[in-house]
Amino acid sequence: MDALATQRARSGPRGEVAAPALALDGLALARDGRTVLGSVNAVIAPGEFIGVFGPNGAGKTTLIHAILGLLRPAAGSLRVFGAVPRRGNRDAGYLPQQRSPVGDLRLCGRDFVASAFRGERWGLPLLGRAGRREVDWAIATVEAEALAARPLCELSGGERQRLLLAQALLGKPRLLLLDEPLVSLDPHFQHAVVALVGRIQRELGITVLFTAHDLNLLLGTMDRVLYLGRGQAALGSVEEVMTSEVLSRLYGMPIEVLRLKGRILVVSAQGEVEAEAHRHDA
Amino acid sequence: MLDYDFMRTAFAAGAIVAIVAGTVGVFLVLRNLSFAGHALSHVGFAGATGAALVGMSPLWGLVAFSLLGAAAMGLLGEKLRGRDVAVGIILSLALGCGVLFLHLYTAYASQATALLFGNVLGVGGATLRVLLALAIVSLAALAAIARPLIFATLEPELAEAKGVRLRLVSALFLAIVAIAVAEAAQVVGVLLVFALMVGPPAAALGLTTRLGHAVALSALLGLVETWAGIALAYVTDWPTSFWIVLLSCLVYFASLAARRIIALGSEGAAFP
Repeated sequence: MDALATQRARSGPRGEVAAPALALDGLALARDGRTVLGSVNAVIAPGEFIGVFGPNGAGKTTLIHAILGLLRPAAGSLRVFGAVPRRGNRDAGYLPQQRSPVGDLRLCGRDFVASAFRGERWGLPLLGRAGRREVDWAIATVEAEALAARPLCELSGGERQRLLLAQALLGKPRLLLLDEPLVSLDPHFQHAVVALVGRIQRELGITVLFTAHDLNLLLGTMDRVLYLGRGQAALGSVEEVMTSEVLSRLYGMPIEVLRLKGRILVVSAQGEVEAEAHRHDA
Repeated sequence: MLDYDFMRTAFAAGAIVAIVAGTVGVFLVLRNLSFAGHALSHVGFAGATGAALVGMSPLWGLVAFSLLGAAAMGLLGEKLRGRDVAVGIILSLALGCGVLFLHLYTAYASQATALLFGNVLGVGGATLRVLLALAIVSLAALAAIARPLIFATLEPELAEAKGVRLRLVSALFLAIVAIAVAEAAQVVGVLLVFALMVGPPAAALGLTTRLGHAVALSALLGLVETWAGIALAYVTDWPTSFWIVLLSCLVYFASLAARRIIALGSEGAAFP
């Protein structure tokens, strides 16, 4: 299955069969001389919603940077819709983990979103009719019409997150890379963001990579899980990946997976692994 | 007042400088680079006095050294973030060098006051033409990089992923700031460039939520403050720079008050 999909990826966009959204073939990634991922194989089909999990430093952000072409593979290959990743790829929408430094500005939401419309071009920031329509569409898609006229400094974290999502949708990407969009949000905003991304993913039929700490928030929305740890990765359904055997390998210590009233708890001898991660963010 | 040639030149020079400083300043404030702008003006002071020492025009010395300072800041890039102490020490060194050059060049002492605190009434026809040329160059350059500059300012991570060359855009912008600082120093002096490069933009950004409006309003506020300052100086015989700085300060604090009133008004509108 993997071999076949990799074959498809190599056939390129003009191949008979559509290339997978992402194809990782023996992919190794290093950052500052440290190997973050070593020899990972994974194939993600167009239209899949993938939840990406793993302890801090497991390489979630590094993988996204590699997909965006910000980081070259140390070994192996990575293909995005059959092509080598490159910066400025219109197929990839991105919501960065690092929060933009604009929280205290009085700039209105619409101008903030619009700044990302073909912002890489030289010249004056004139949108044109097509640009205005696209910005309106992105804002409407994330249901942020009411936020467009309001200043950024008056928006809540969840509201700002919706504008960031609108920016990621500009250019109508086929692949949405969302790096920790739930961090520092209140629980009910977390559910709202997940529901929103799920709806957008279904309506537009796009591929989503959604990194998060708490897997439970994405249960029922994501199609498959990509779990990273100790340079390795496991890709599969929740049932396949969330087992004591797989996670013990990824964490490098004995891990128990408990199922409690529909929730999945990842526990080590030291305590709940996910709770640890949350405390780290708070 | 407009019967005098030097007054007409002063109003023209003030208008050119206020528009450039107000426009460039909006991006300076958005990028949290106010202090860098201040530092560049001090480096420029050393350039201006150094140029006078070797018999060159202080304005070109100011432009050249501000540009060099901007290039150094561009090269250091992100490493400068949060290094206010290091920048502050370098800028005091630059100011100190300027004092030394002035000491060695004893020909005329009024030069020091003019450079430090500005002398818009002393701007001649030749300087006015240079100011206009520099204004056109810097505004044209700003127009050329405005789009990636705004993107990189508001969303650096996303901009980088989309192919914006952050270092290049940042370095080009600092060069534009260097020219704007050199211009502003002609009116209010190197020590008071904040009055034109930070005051009006900060007030404008607090009063409007649209970026385009903020740029226009900032240039307009700078223009009104400068012209009113020159007129008040003519009437009172007090220094122009004092009036401009005072007006810049008053407008800024008035904008803070207005902002609070706007906020109260919009809260009322949100819950009718």
